Amino acid sequence: MLKPLAALLGRDMRLAVRVGGGAPIGVLFFLIVVTLVPFAVGPDLRLLARIGPAILWLGALLANLLALDRLITMDHEDGSLDLIMAARVPLELALAAKALAHWLTTGLPLILATPLFGLLLDLDPRASGAVALTLLAGTPALTFIGLAGAALTVALRRGGLLLAVLILPLTVPVLIFGVAASEAAIIGPVPFGAPFRILCALTLMSMVVGPFAAALALRQGLD
Amino acid sequence: MPVLDLANPTRFLALTDRALPWLAAATLLAFALGANQVYLAPDDYQQGATVKIMYIHVPAAWLGLFAWTLMSAAALGTLVWRHPLADAAAKAAAPIGTAFTLMCLVTGSLWGRPMWGTYWVWDARLTSVLVLFLMYLGVMALWRTVDDPARAARGAAVLTLVGAINIPIIKFSVDWWSTLHQPASVLRLGGSTIHPAILLPLIVMIIAFTLLFLTLHLAAMRNEIMRRRVRTMLMMRADARP
Repeated sequence: MLKPLAALLGRDMRLAVRVGGGAPIGVLFFLIVVTLVPFAVGPDLRLLARIGPAILWLGALLANLLALDRLITMDHEDGSLDLIMAARVPLELALAAKALAHWLTTGLPLILATPLFGLLLDLDPRASGAVALTLLAGTPALTFIGLAGAALTVALRRGGLLLAVLILPLTVPVLIFGVAASEAAIIGPVPFGAPFRILCALTLMSMVVGPFAAALALRQGLD
Repeated sequence: MPVLDLANPTRFLALTDRALPWLAAATLLAFALGANQVYLAPDDYQQGATVKIMYIHVPAAWLGLFAWTLMSAAALGTLVWRHPLADAAAKAAAPIGTAFTLMCLVTGSLWGRPMWGTYWVWDARLTSVLVLFLMYLGVMALWRTVDDPARAARGAAVLTLVGAINIPIIKFSVDWWSTLHQPASVLRLGGSTIHPAILLPLIVMIIAFTLLFLTLHLAAMRNEIMRRRVRTMLMMRADARP
């Protein structure tokens, strides 16, 4: 059971790294979003430090959303999705492995880039660390919620804007508690633990719901 | 087996045609009674006449939640039994639920302006209802973008079930977080905290709004079934031509 899953995980990660347009573009997009905000709100460093966690979270959310298109669509186009669905491994687990590979190649680089981009927004190391930690806890939820949306749009043969419209409302709780936990760590007065634990709970919940919803969508849609 | 009879679209249509005039009449009657009750209801000692916004706001909020719950039940029918009536029920409920949710948001902010001093605050209840409204629009967008109704129904069903997680969050948001919006006061353990002189008109209005929803929903379901028949007929005619 574990061997095919590990093979799938390795294959997806190799594809993400070797085929162009993967993780580096996500980080580049993240950098551009972080760069655009000071142009929009003005280069006031105190204001940027104040809204810094929110900017970083929003950038990570959007970078994640744009990368979702590659999660299942490419496998559907070249036919390997049919092989995955016909395999003896449960589809839910296979999709979870794909989502994990996707998070390792697009979510993790965003988190590694966060401390660096925090410098642009005048966040002190403690604040950058807090944002990176909340992103580490929260971005898997974005990927796994996105998995369900990506499966749905593949099954319906409609992509693009519809995916964003379907997924973004569902990510609102993750954004709320992610930013709340970062702000709690930086300025208080709420203890860091409470929103952070809810964030972890959201991630765990989406890890369960996401693969099942995605498998349901694929089985119902692709027949 | 009367319940199984209902599952047959033709029987359903016949029954709907018979039931709709009665339902519409009951709705009108309930609204007349409700309007009279609301007119006679006393003003609040602090809020004055603006408390009467509640008689629209609360029923609209309840139906916004009820429509999504109904869509979730229909989604199970779609995924488990693949029944076309369940598809029609889910599709017909979405625009009506959207309208009631919008009505809830608009009346709420009109009520909030004199009472809270602002049209909008980002508190848990308001935010979660706004998210519900956005999810309604997403489901409707999904219905519209996919041509094949059966395929669209299955996609929308998956989305509806995932979105159903939001429903208890909305219902209990005022109890879980301390918010500007008041906590639950009609349905709560230990009885309602509203004075009977205001509660009774509210209940009549909730019944009237629910009857309105049922009337609109049945009519929309009937239209949806007919739309599908027209679509099938058109396809058969296109098929028959050499």
